[in-house]
Amino acid sequence: MSGTSMTTRAWFLMLPLLAVMVAVIGWPLADTVGLSFTDAKLVGTAGNFVGIDNYVKTISSSNFRRTLIITTEFAIISVFAEMVLGVLAALLLNQQFYGRTVLRGLMILPWALPTVVNATLWRLIYNPEYGALNAALTQIGLLDAYRSWLGEPGTALASLIVADCWKNFPLVALIALAALQAVPRDITAASLVDGAGPFARFRFVILPYLAGPLMVALVLRTIEAFKVFDIVWVMTRGGPANSTRTLSILVYQEAFSFQRAGSGASLALIVTLLVAVLAAAYAALVRKTAGSNA
Amino acid sequence: MFKSKRNALLGATLIGAFFATNAYAETTLNALFMAQAAYSEADVRAMTEAFSKANPDVKVNLEFVPYEGLHDKTVLAQGSGGGYDVVLFDVIWPAEYATNKVLVDVSSRITDDMTKGVLPGAWTTVQYDGAYYGMPWILDTKYLFYNKDILEKAGIKAPPKTWDELAEQAKIIKDKGLLATPITWSWSQAEAAICDYTTLVSAYGGKFLDGGKPAFQTGGGLDALKYMVSSYTSGISNPNSKEFLEEDVRKVFENGEAAFALNWTYMYNLANAGKDSKVAGKVGVVPAPGVAGKSEVSAVNGSMGLGITSTSKHPDDAWKYITFMTSQEVQNQYAKLSLPIWASSYEDPAVTKGQEELIGAAKLGLAAMYPRPTTPKYQELSTALQQAIQEALLGQASPEDALKTAAENSGL
Repeated sequence: MSGTSMTTRAWFLMLPLLAVMVAVIGWPLADTVGLSFTDAKLVGTAGNFVGIDNYVKTISSSNFRRTLIITTEFAIISVFAEMVLGVLAALLLNQQFYGRTVLRGLMILPWALPTVVNATLWRLIYNPEYGALNAALTQIGLLDAYRSWLGEPGTALASLIVADCWKNFPLVALIALAALQAVPRDITAASLVDGAGPFARFRFVILPYLAGPLMVALVLRTIEAFKVFDIVWVMTRGGPANSTRTLSILVYQEAFSFQRAGSGASLALIVTLLVAVLAAAYAALVRKTAGSNA
Repeated sequence: MFKSKRNALLGATLIGAFFATNAYAETTLNALFMAQAAYSEADVRAMTEAFSKANPDVKVNLEFVPYEGLHDKTVLAQGSGGGYDVVLFDVIWPAEYATNKVLVDVSSRITDDMTKGVLPGAWTTVQYDGAYYGMPWILDTKYLFYNKDILEKAGIKAPPKTWDELAEQAKIIKDKGLLATPITWSWSQAEAAICDYTTLVSAYGGKFLDGGKPAFQTGGGLDALKYMVSSYTSGISNPNSKEFLEEDVRKVFENGEAAFALNWTYMYNLANAGKDSKVAGKVGVVPAPGVAGKSEVSAVNGSMGLGITSTSKHPDDAWKYITFMTSQEVQNQYAKLSLPIWASSYEDPAVTKGQEELIGAAKLGLAAMYPRPTTPKYQELSTALQQAIQEALLGQASPEDALKTAAENSGL
């Protein structure tokens, strides 16, 4: 069979899948784009065409800028912490020790739990009256009075980041662990013979194997961190005084609470665009890293 | 989008019609309730079971969401073509629901017996622009609860009649070392904070809107926020109030860690007779205080109603269900968690027995219920006010500036 007819055949076989993709992704996306140029309400009227009005209003609003900064802060810090913690945990779990299998199973638990459960759990831990965190910190003498972790703008975002890390670092660890197990034994053994210390071994022998998979984890986590909603909604609903309001919460309020579907759609598309740009930048980086290692 | 929605709806209707005429005559209603306060989930299930027993041809599917999700879930279901026949709605939503045609006008279904029997104040819960959008179901306002034990230890003879007196009594309790922070509120960035604020606005004789424009940034509206801020900064109020919802307030009060708490009716029997309550038997309740020269008592209208959605295909059965749920018999039977909407129930010993104090407070409080503004843009106004309250409490803005910003962001 010639190459061209193989290609035709491949396309033909993929047609049903493409049709489904267009139906479940393409159509709603096109619909959202259309909606974003109107002043449609969620229920009731269909809305009038208003051009790029929604976009101009969104980008120029101080609410949007403040929320963008908060979301970026949340994403950068939590993803960075998750990467570091994840790699450290993977290195640890890659060692031979008694109870390793049990520990591996336990570690994945926070990630496997639904986010709402996680968030509720952490709300209890942070509870200003009965929370475990206050109790623990006062008992070891680090704190003299109970604090309101989620009620102060200074600590609310940080508390959310900790909760998010606890939930998501296991995913990074899992990916890193899988990559670590692909590192050939003889190479690590050879590096030992050559007298490489632990840091040199990590940097020059292990890291090259980790780079690709970690990049994937980084892309996944960054995209999700920019879209964070449920953990924030359950724990603070964006408070206190909007200090933890992320982009997704802003979209939710605009589109659903205030029922401005048109303006909510424009906001959602701006967030999508931001995430797409980030993903593209990462993808370029991955290609470069992969190229340099080959 | 709209064309395809219509097609989908048409398809669903056709399938529905097929089953309705050929398979069986039973109808199924979908109802949305909330999973907290007032009637508990178990109560609503029990009431519904009784309804199904009396009406075997009508089946009711119940769904429960937290109060914070009730509005958005209702609107979302409606936006995507419906799903519920009966929905529970808060007193602040009829304006928006009526404007956006979420609920149907049921004015013609309301009988003379209903009009005469139900307390006049309760009707304001379901009314907008002269029409009725459902039946009132949970009649509620915030009361001032107090711990009799602590007041006695502090040598206080009677609970406060004014907000200033409340501050003074709290100060005495604090100074005597009985409690570090005697007052507890629900000031989380949520509707709960607006309910506490509204109670104070009514005490200070303030107004939310004047001719459709924000008017809370001066006068009574400003005094109300100033009171909250001074109560917070002077240390007589629990600082964690700014992340509390009603259930947090209840837990703190039931643990004996508050001398005063502002909360809904449901807390009375749970705190005074509940087995988890450390203050059982010591709970006092009075209407929320007034302000000298301005008001005797204060109260927010926190009632809720049951309505029929405009997408319901069984409005008659839905109404049958609503009239059952709001009937005097059912309401009297469950009067321990939510007081009935029927005037004559308050003379019935089955309702009043064991909660005479609450009924006494209710007679004054329910008569003084102050509404939050009826505007289709209520959610925006409320969100802006929630932010203002928190900014003022946290000292990020003066009460004047915070409310001015809220007025600008209210969308009105």
